[in-house]
Amino acid sequence: MYKVILATRYLLKRRITYFAVLAVALCVFIVVVVMTVMTGLVSDFKQKNHSFVGDCVVGTKSLVGFAYYEDFVKILDSKDFVEGVSPVIQSYAVLSTRGGDFKKGVEILGIDPVRHSQATGFGKTLYYRKDDVSKAFEPVYDPNLLGCVIGIDLVLLRDAKSAYLYEPRPSETAISISCFPLTAKGALAKAGAGLVNAQTFYFSDHSHSGLARVDNSLVYLPFEQGQLLCMSGAIKRASAIHIKFKPNTKLQDGCEKVGELWQKFKQEKAGEQQANLLDTVTVQSWKGYRRAYIAAMEMEQMVMSAMFAFEGITTFFIVFVVFYMIISHKSKDIGILKSIGVSNVDIIELFSGFAFLVGLLGSGVGLFVGWLFLLKINRIEDWLFEHFNFQLWDRTIYTIGDIPSRMELRVLIVIVLSAIAACLVGALVPSWQAARSRPVETLQVSQL
Amino acid sequence: MVNALSLRAGPVTGALISDNMNKDDFILKTEGVYKSYRMGATKVEVLKGVDLAVKKGEFVAIVGASGSGKSTLLHILGALDKPNKGVVAFAGRDLSGFSAGELNRFRNKMVGFVFQFYHLLDELSVLENVFLPMMASKSLVGWFACRRRAKSRAGELLAQLGLRDRANHKPYQLSGGERQRVAIGRALMNEPEVLLADEPTGNLDSATGNGILDVLEKLNKVGQTILMVTHDERIAERAGRIITLADGKIT
Repeated sequence: MYKVILATRYLLKRRITYFAVLAVALCVFIVVVVMTVMTGLVSDFKQKNHSFVGDCVVGTKSLVGFAYYEDFVKILDSKDFVEGVSPVIQSYAVLSTRGGDFKKGVEILGIDPVRHSQATGFGKTLYYRKDDVSKAFEPVYDPNLLGCVIGIDLVLLRDAKSAYLYEPRPSETAISISCFPLTAKGALAKAGAGLVNAQTFYFSDHSHSGLARVDNSLVYLPFEQGQLLCMSGAIKRASAIHIKFKPNTKLQDGCEKVGELWQKFKQEKAGEQQANLLDTVTVQSWKGYRRAYIAAMEMEQMVMSAMFAFEGITTFFIVFVVFYMIISHKSKDIGILKSIGVSNVDIIELFSGFAFLVGLLGSGVGLFVGWLFLLKINRIEDWLFEHFNFQLWDRTIYTIGDIPSRMELRVLIVIVLSAIAACLVGALVPSWQAARSRPVETLQVSQL
Repeated sequence: MVNALSLRAGPVTGALISDNMNKDDFILKTEGVYKSYRMGATKVEVLKGVDLAVKKGEFVAIVGASGSGKSTLLHILGALDKPNKGVVAFAGRDLSGFSAGELNRFRNKMVGFVFQFYHLLDELSVLENVFLPMMASKSLVGWFACRRRAKSRAGELLAQLGLRDRANHKPYQLSGGERQRVAIGRALMNEPEVLLADEPTGNLDSATGNGILDVLEKLNKVGQTILMVTHDERIAERAGRIITLADGKIT
């Protein structure tokens, strides 16, 4: 009991202890804020990628695409674990406005809007046709025109706070999409002067996926138009098939099942004319398909975590030094305690208890201040932007609205336990040295 | 000021002391105790073969000049330090044969220390300082079981030492004499067999020092064995027996 009483009194009565508590609180505060925001950003980024891609993708990186996709779509449609299937045409093109005053290289995605909305979150990214995805390619100003859906950053401007300046109706804008059609063998389909396929589309809607790269360079076209523009040949081809699983199907299980179906399908098509195109096709979960992008974000999170882990180590040394000073000041107490029969283990337990309290209190303060800060982080950022034109996260890079501020219990527990552990480790060496000290030395007149 | 009869509640029993020990047996005994320290490259011989025997109920004063080894001897007798050579026996048992746990129990229950500079814990109240040895000997559960009895005994000790109204004060709020009486209360809390006092009046004025010696005398009269170290022969005269330590030996 005396250990509890003394540890508590040391905590409350020694001013130097407040520095240790402050160091722990600051560290916990910073780590809580950074980890919450980074975890939120990464989680948001992953969720957006998941929504953009669906659960699983059967596809090829080759611009030639692969044949017999319709047969495989039928197989997938018949499976009870599949909720949505969407074949797509994926290629690159040049977008130009009528008159040619604006030209930009873009990525095109030929889709069936209804199917694609069943397999991915495409429908939710629309603005004017959100409620009726089947009309995504029908401009509201003239449904008979051939429409296209354009990445929001290609269409809309933003205000000073990076908020999009939406318009009540899409403007009647004609754009030309030009690309090189390829044969099944990968050769240019059109020899001579007319190498390029070009088609005029009318702006029908914009898509806001929340992924900067997508929103800045992707144009959705009707599937058949995409096929006509990019792929030539008697046998129809597609670039990929996006799949969404039923909610009760685990991602890995679903992908494995699709993989097995694909292998079987490939064997069945082995003798077909364009069977060789199937060799380039892979079956990947959304995480694998978007790995290049997600990995970069995760790396950023890891680097940030590592940086703040170093800060944690610094805190550990601060705690170590503070404890060394505190315990050095308490050498007389240690001598007194030993003179009344307190053991070395009890001395270590006493100062470990003290360290635990410092860690607990510091973590509590850090968590509370962190929570307050996160509660107001978006207001703080708005204020900084208004007064200093400063944004914590550049919205041209991070396509986010508000800064994520939802604290995760698991992360918080890890941070608090780490802080307490750092305090205990920081106090261990001085405690051990104190426990080993000889009472006659600490109780000597010269030591007073 | 002090009701000495109630300061000692009764005999302490346990594995550290023999139950059939009689009045004429030595409670503390040393044979050929040597102790040296290293001070840089120099080896300082502090004790050079000390033979000492203290009977139960004796009040012994050890006198000697500064640096003669008085405090070192007291620390060795109280198991705060170990001799380089020689035997220190408590109630017939050689302290060198005690395990670490037994030595801790010995310091907690068999001896009580009173230091020149009181050595009270500043973070604890006067009452808490007094019952600290009992609290230190108990587990958390054990303490909750006996805390009322401990507080009551500590309160009694403080009352008998004239400090009833100082129980909730902090040590720094007390005078030197009051602090030393608190230290005596702490030393007596677990009813030790031997009270070891290291210059208990060394930091006090003459009148206050005499008050402390009165307390010790009264304790001795009711059977408390006391070993007191002092450099002042007039103070030593208050003891029943004086041992002089000079140049590391008893003369």
